[in-house]
Amino acid sequence: MSILKVEEIGIAFGGVKAVDNVSFSVEAGTVFSIIGPNGAGKTTLFNLVSGVYRPRRGRVILQGEDVTGLEPNRLARCGLSRTFQNLQVFFRMTALENVMVGRHLKERRGLLAHLLALPSTARQNRESAEIARQLLERVGLAEYAETPASAMPYGALKRLEIARALAAEPQVLLLDEPAAGCNPVETEEIETLIRRIADEGMTVVLVEHDMKLVMRISDRVHVLEQGQTLTEGRADEVRANPKVIEAYLGTHGTREASLALG
Amino acid sequence: MRALLAHRLAAPVAIALIVVALAFVLPSNFYLRVAALVWISALAVIGLNLLMGFAGQVSLGHAGFFGLGAYAVAVLPAQFSLHPLLALLAGALVCGLIAFVVGRPILRLKGHYLAVATLGFGILIAMAIANESWLTGGPDGMPVSRLTLFGWRVRGASTWYWITGALLVLGAWLAVNLVASPTGRALRALHDSEVAARVAGVDVAHYKLIVFVISAVYASVAGSALALVNGFVTPDSANFIHSIELVTMVVLGGMGSVFGSLVGAAILVVLPQVLTTFHDYEHLLLGLMMMVIMIVLRSGIVPSLAALIRRTRP
Repeated sequence: MSILKVEEIGIAFGGVKAVDNVSFSVEAGTVFSIIGPNGAGKTTLFNLVSGVYRPRRGRVILQGEDVTGLEPNRLARCGLSRTFQNLQVFFRMTALENVMVGRHLKERRGLLAHLLALPSTARQNRESAEIARQLLERVGLAEYAETPASAMPYGALKRLEIARALAAEPQVLLLDEPAAGCNPVETEEIETLIRRIADEGMTVVLVEHDMKLVMRISDRVHVLEQGQTLTEGRADEVRANPKVIEAYLGTHGTREASLALG
Repeated sequence: MRALLAHRLAAPVAIALIVVALAFVLPSNFYLRVAALVWISALAVIGLNLLMGFAGQVSLGHAGFFGLGAYAVAVLPAQFSLHPLLALLAGALVCGLIAFVVGRPILRLKGHYLAVATLGFGILIAMAIANESWLTGGPDGMPVSRLTLFGWRVRGASTWYWITGALLVLGAWLAVNLVASPTGRALRALHDSEVAARVAGVDVAHYKLIVFVISAVYASVAGSALALVNGFVTPDSANFIHSIELVTMVVLGGMGSVFGSLVGAAILVVLPQVLTTFHDYEHLLLGLMMMVIMIVLRSGIVPSLAALIRRTRP
């Protein structure tokens, strides 16, 4: 069953079509990757799907419902969460509090109870903290729980964003370059993490530059070039596609490309 | 010790201890009166700090709410013979409502634009108060009838010291409760990254509005308290300079620090009194000291000193 469907979506900035007529469909419980050279429109596509940008045309259908142009906080209610390529961490909060914010929609939000610190608020705080702690453990950041996010290393912040997104218990998780800027060890940790998330039945949509990671982990790969769909298919199909190799390295680089993607 | 300082209730407890301790130290009614003024300013500053320090939204018009609160306890008892306490509540309610209505369009703005919009709002209120002389006495201000509680006339510096002190502790307690709650986390989150907060499900516009309303109510109650203590109100309580003073107190004491709100208020209320001994150089010294404090302790007095203590004593 298709859990997320994007139909002929498009947006232009100042006359430049950043994303043009892109369609794809993601099956529930799979890992779906979007790849393409720099500037191909991958992050823009993510911003369209996650409600950060409002598409000029096309539709986004999440679990059978048309959610085109809905605000990110409304999409969160519909079961969609995401991480960001350029970190969007709450730097003045601890790692634990960052993840607790991810529980927002699951929390009871009575303002009066909060102002008066009624026992229900304390209970709610304990419950959110407990779940957040488990999630930090799951992404391997348990030791950072009480550390301000501003004092955490880059690779850890990448995983912190994943933990925060998981806290919302989404059905669809969009990961925007989760391994960007990470060293090989960190990349491997993130790969294991994504695989585990997918194994638990969550649908993962991935934008990633690390081709080896993409090829190992993805059920399907969608290739963008200059805002348009180049091709889509299983990882091995895409890897062998001469058009993809050309898009990445030009016509002369075919041999190098096949080595690199190999 | 560190765990104690990090406890949610550290700030209200410390403030309560200071209020109680000072009552025994301060030698005369004059000092008690100045202290009461500090408590009142600190109350308004805590409210503004929730908006600025925690949620990251600036307001250069908060004296408008302060003035409305002050005039509520002046006008309503005089014109409609409302009990001053009910007038205080009515003022708070009206300020909350105005903040709710004005906040919707204004809080869509960010940074400098929000600053200018709130500035305009504050000036509007101040002008309305100064111009509607039939109701407010105009630029000369108007007297405030004495507060009577259950047949007991509230008077005397010491009585007001305790009442305003209790109000401040209550305000500090509510503020730290809010900050440590899911609402507080949502506010702090949208301060750091609006887009990430929205993705986490936080209705950013709604939460900005909530904190704007709360901070307006704080300012209104503080304004009412000042009017009752002074027994007189003037349009100065609502004017632009007072808005700037409130913002300065927030920044000086420390953004996002409830205890810092008291420190900031104390400095800006007490220092001018102390510096009067320097006559002509009073304002020069005040300005100079503020600049030096901000340069040396750039995140505000309380957060900077707290960070310093954390570094030196691991």
